[in-house]
Amino acid sequence: MNKPIAREPVLEVKNLKVSFHVREGELQAVRGVDFHVDPGEVVGIVGESGCGKSVTAQTLMRLIPSPPSRIKSGSIRFLGEEILLKSEKEMRKLRGSKMGMIFQDPMTSLNPTLTVGSQIIENLTRHLNMNAAQAKKRAIEMLKLVGIPSAETRINQYPHEFSGGMRQRVMIAIALACDPALLIADEPTTALDVTIQAQILEVMKELRSRLKTSIILITHNLGIVAGICDRVIVMYGGQVVETGTVKELFTNPKHPYTEGLLKSVPRLDSRKEEPLIPIIGTPPDLVHPPAGCAFAPRCPYTMRICQRLDPGLLDCGGTQAARCWLNHEMAQEANA
Amino acid sequence: MSEPLIEVNQLRKEFYLGKGRTLKAVNDISFSIRKGETLGLVGESGCGKSTVGRTMLRLYEPTSGQFLFEGKDVYRSSGARMKAMRRDIQMIFQDPYASLNPRLTIMDSIGEALDVHKLTKSRAERRARIEELLELVGLRADHANRYPHEFSGGQRQRIGIARALAVKPKFIVCDEPISALDVSIQAQVVNLLKELQRGMGLTYLFIAHDLSVVKYISDRVAVMYLGKLVELADSENLYASPLHPYTCALLSAVPIPDPEIEAIKERVIIKGDLPSAINPPSGCPFRTRCPLAQEVCSAEMPPLVEHRPGHFAACHFAGAM
Repeated sequence: MNKPIAREPVLEVKNLKVSFHVREGELQAVRGVDFHVDPGEVVGIVGESGCGKSVTAQTLMRLIPSPPSRIKSGSIRFLGEEILLKSEKEMRKLRGSKMGMIFQDPMTSLNPTLTVGSQIIENLTRHLNMNAAQAKKRAIEMLKLVGIPSAETRINQYPHEFSGGMRQRVMIAIALACDPALLIADEPTTALDVTIQAQILEVMKELRSRLKTSIILITHNLGIVAGICDRVIVMYGGQVVETGTVKELFTNPKHPYTEGLLKSVPRLDSRKEEPLIPIIGTPPDLVHPPAGCAFAPRCPYTMRICQRLDPGLLDCGGTQAARCWLNHEMAQEANA
Repeated sequence: MSEPLIEVNQLRKEFYLGKGRTLKAVNDISFSIRKGETLGLVGESGCGKSTVGRTMLRLYEPTSGQFLFEGKDVYRSSGARMKAMRRDIQMIFQDPYASLNPRLTIMDSIGEALDVHKLTKSRAERRARIEELLELVGLRADHANRYPHEFSGGQRQRIGIARALAVKPKFIVCDEPISALDVSIQAQVVNLLKELQRGMGLTYLFIAHDLSVVKYISDRVAVMYLGKLVELADSENLYASPLHPYTCALLSAVPIPDPEIEAIKERVIIKGDLPSAINPPSGCPFRTRCPLAQEVCSAEMPPLVEHRPGHFAACHFAGAM
């Protein structure tokens, strides 16, 4: 397997389209998504339920059964190899070794009938050809690394003997056991309480600087993104609507949806009198996706062209790009 | 200052688990809420905040304690008097998918409350009232004949609100009304609750784990930990100068959507998990995770004391963090 060369992205997704066949017709969950992840980078994917963020992530690992899903087009290059051309057997070698994944609900993603230790050891013996003793030693190291006290005894316990936060630490230990090039974390703290969430984010930040793993963090919480990510991808209606560095996006959002997301959540450090500005309406129906901009019906700045034509991702300077006509070079003139 | 509408005194709720074990979900809690006020109740899962709300509505019978509504003792009422009180006290539930009967149309879900209390005289009047309620919460009158599965989460929560408002209550327990909703929809529901409060003079107990939302909507905030009230203050004061170390940790754990603040923020990260409520620690329930804990904390439960005007905290070392 190729080692990632410096500056060469770990992951490169191009024009990915994924659909589901449902009774009403073809649900276009992911409609042409492009992005990349550089070595050691933490990329956040933000959006609401149904925006396609989890489908994108699961497609990266080819975890969505087909049917009902169908990858309509696109390319996913991971460490220089095309994921979409791999057989199930080849994928199985990749998952858990070069690509790790943490899911939202740590209880349903661990096997309740196996000890925590055996679930980490399984990974190590299968992918790294370790013998039982080596694997056990490494498993204990991993549990210590993610901050589980008395790892030597905890390793023989079952998932139900762990609390929610501790289970999520175990999940992280499993995902990182084989030193993956990419970790996909799908809402890793959504099921946890804030104080436990803070603990898990701290573990992830520390591991990030120690192991230099690239991370894709999927979340709906903008605060988490601000704290841990380098770059952000905002998704809406199955498309990337804005992308940029964390700093660019939070200080100067260029898409009205990003702006709306930031204004509609009350902030702990804001004054009470500042009104909350909700985004009116509801997300689009992806069985019949709109012809123009998907956000146009909810957008406070909508123009005539927005209904008819999708602008595509327009460059906004720096590394920032947004799928909005307002960023078109002729927008100023058109408005005047 | 107006008279309190709600007064809760030394409320306890224990669940018997069998084999001599009891879970003290709510352990000796007292608070009051003035008319037109919103009291936020925050804490992490398992702290007993939802049990407080449910016990107030007598969805659970209390183990001991008193709940005075307009001076009348709710737990000592029965029959017609209790039924009249149920009109005044309503609830909005967390999960808009589980709290609506999937086999009733919206008209019947809302109408059930009107029928029970015999609030409308004719079918036409019933229909008119339901349509009025739907419009009040931002839905259309013609939605009345539809079933819950035809609505999105945010719309269902609006239906839940319309149902609670049908009997013209004075006090509503909002039990995590927005935590099942998407961020862009949360603001819609929060604004609706605020508007309704202004227009109808409602009083809320707003239960939630999202501290930013609680701060936004509440006049005063109470913080619970393991069945105990640990801090109670005006929302501005609580957030600006928390006294209890648990409140400090809770506040600093909330991520702020601003990369520059996040980069410099110092976090108080408390170690470990919530202890079991079946076998809680002696003395202060927070002492096992508290960075300030001393010997006195395991010996004595600190009482809830007024440290500043209107600002109560239950800690031997209040304000030390």
